[in-house]
Amino acid sequence: MNIASRFQTPPEDGEPVQFTFDGELVTAPIGTSLAAALLSHSGDASRETATGAGRSAFCMMGVCFDCLVEVDGTPNTQACMTLVRDGMVVKRQIGLRGLTGGNDV
Amino acid sequence: MSEFDLIIVGAGPAGMSAAATAAQGGLNVLLLDEQPQAGGQIYRNVGVNRSSRNWLGKDYASGRRFVDALDHANITTQFGATVWRLENGPRLVWSQNGVSTVSAAPHVLLAGGAQERPVPFPGWTLPGVMTAGSAQILMKTSGMLPKDAVLAGSGPLLYLIAAQMIDAGCPPKALVETQTTRMLFGAMLHLPRALFSAPTLVKGLSLIRKIQAAGVRRFKGAAQFEAQAEDNGAISFSFTHKGRRETLSTNLLLTHQGVIPSTHMSRSAGIAHVWNEAQVAFQPVAGVWGNTNVAGLHVAGESAGIGGAETAAASGELAALNILYQIGRISADARTQRAATARGALFRSRAIRPFLDAAYAPPPEILSPADETIVCRCEEVTASDIRQGISEGVSGHRQIKTSLRTGMGPCQGRMCDATVRGILSANTLQDPNMIPAPRARTPIKPVTLGELAAMAPKQKETA
Repeated sequence: MNIASRFQTPPEDGEPVQFTFDGELVTAPIGTSLAAALLSHSGDASRETATGAGRSAFCMMGVCFDCLVEVDGTPNTQACMTLVRDGMVVKRQIGLRGLTGGNDV
Repeated sequence: MSEFDLIIVGAGPAGMSAAATAAQGGLNVLLLDEQPQAGGQIYRNVGVNRSSRNWLGKDYASGRRFVDALDHANITTQFGATVWRLENGPRLVWSQNGVSTVSAAPHVLLAGGAQERPVPFPGWTLPGVMTAGSAQILMKTSGMLPKDAVLAGSGPLLYLIAAQMIDAGCPPKALVETQTTRMLFGAMLHLPRALFSAPTLVKGLSLIRKIQAAGVRRFKGAAQFEAQAEDNGAISFSFTHKGRRETLSTNLLLTHQGVIPSTHMSRSAGIAHVWNEAQVAFQPVAGVWGNTNVAGLHVAGESAGIGGAETAAASGELAALNILYQIGRISADARTQRAATARGALFRSRAIRPFLDAAYAPPPEILSPADETIVCRCEEVTASDIRQGISEGVSGHRQIKTSLRTGMGPCQGRMCDATVRGILSANTLQDPNMIPAPRARTPIKPVTLGELAAMAPKQKETA
């Protein structure tokens, strides 16, 4: 699905940072949390649980762990506790994590 | 010898005011916080939002004074710093950018704040359903505004967020409130005392007036929440109001039922906890100075009991004065004298709590939700699974956890402990006050094996 953002994001004067989310280029001002950048980019799920249910950021303060994504190869990263960086490679987490990173096969 | 006299965990109003008081009294303070800046959740990003986002209001902007006071030679701040272990000594282990550090000091003040109470109902895990507090955090940190959102639940924060949304030019589509007229009447008993908090009462009434003047629809006494995903990703939110089933379609459903103390740190450290019946939450047992049953460990702010920002700041100051006294920097008399202002502030700010606790208490169906509701978001365990377990004989948090995996996911029970307890107390014959708080163990926030391994002392190579 491709759902528009559920938030209205103001034009920010902050220096723009670019990263990819499942290969798609996303721009956000420096100092933005990755979870905020993803919510501003789309209203879609940013991970899937073990049973395939879509989830996205829920508490925005490091408590609920529903914003988990893979960042530069490290799975189970809390997007709400991570600031965007230029060139970051972010991927949706589908299902359970494997011990070596990435999805269990 | 430790280089610090005091380590404070949490840079919200309690931690910041304690740090300033202790530093001014000559103590070397290490102040740790998980977030990138000081402020806590209530004053999140206040040091950065100096001339922008004025719709967050005067009370928010007033938090700058706490952030400014951290600019003191005796205060070392570390942000993005997550404490994952607290042990006797006291010593604590904290992680920053994937590297863990052990810090020790004769005194540690826990001021980790609160979290929003989980608001479970069928569909609360869908993308498009978030907490009201999370939307406010996005407003504070990124200026992001909820589009046509529905606010649902109850509590003063719901009105504050609605008013901030109105002032920012994106009013909520509707307010769906669970408190009933009967609850408000019941709360009137506490109103005379609440008059000591007159400014807070006046502020609350002005928020409600603003919401009414903006023409936002209000459904009071609503119950039986349910959210479903529509084909276009919007949320179809239905609830019962005045005996009828209503349905609202919205991009964003923001829920709230008050806040509860964050107690993973205090529980893991062996501090005694007590069930606060009026606030429907566990809190550490502490003296007036924030002293606990564990030597060297002190608590302040929301993590010691819900009271709001002013209570938090005052309790942080009292804890710092007591630590100054225990270290021998000030006399008992000086401690008492200097505490007078903070004690007055504490009394005035707390006076409204019994009224608020009663008027906006979480409804029973949120504490012990419908069978099909997911209770543990991490492990996808439903209320029905837990009730089934109870009927088969499991009792208490620990047995439910080991047999059903509730609380075994990465959030470690932060999103389900309150509900597991609600279901336990509604579905067993035991006195709810006798259900002990669930155990919290190291690491209280997830840490990678690699990070743990890197902490091992370097071994000398032997020939």
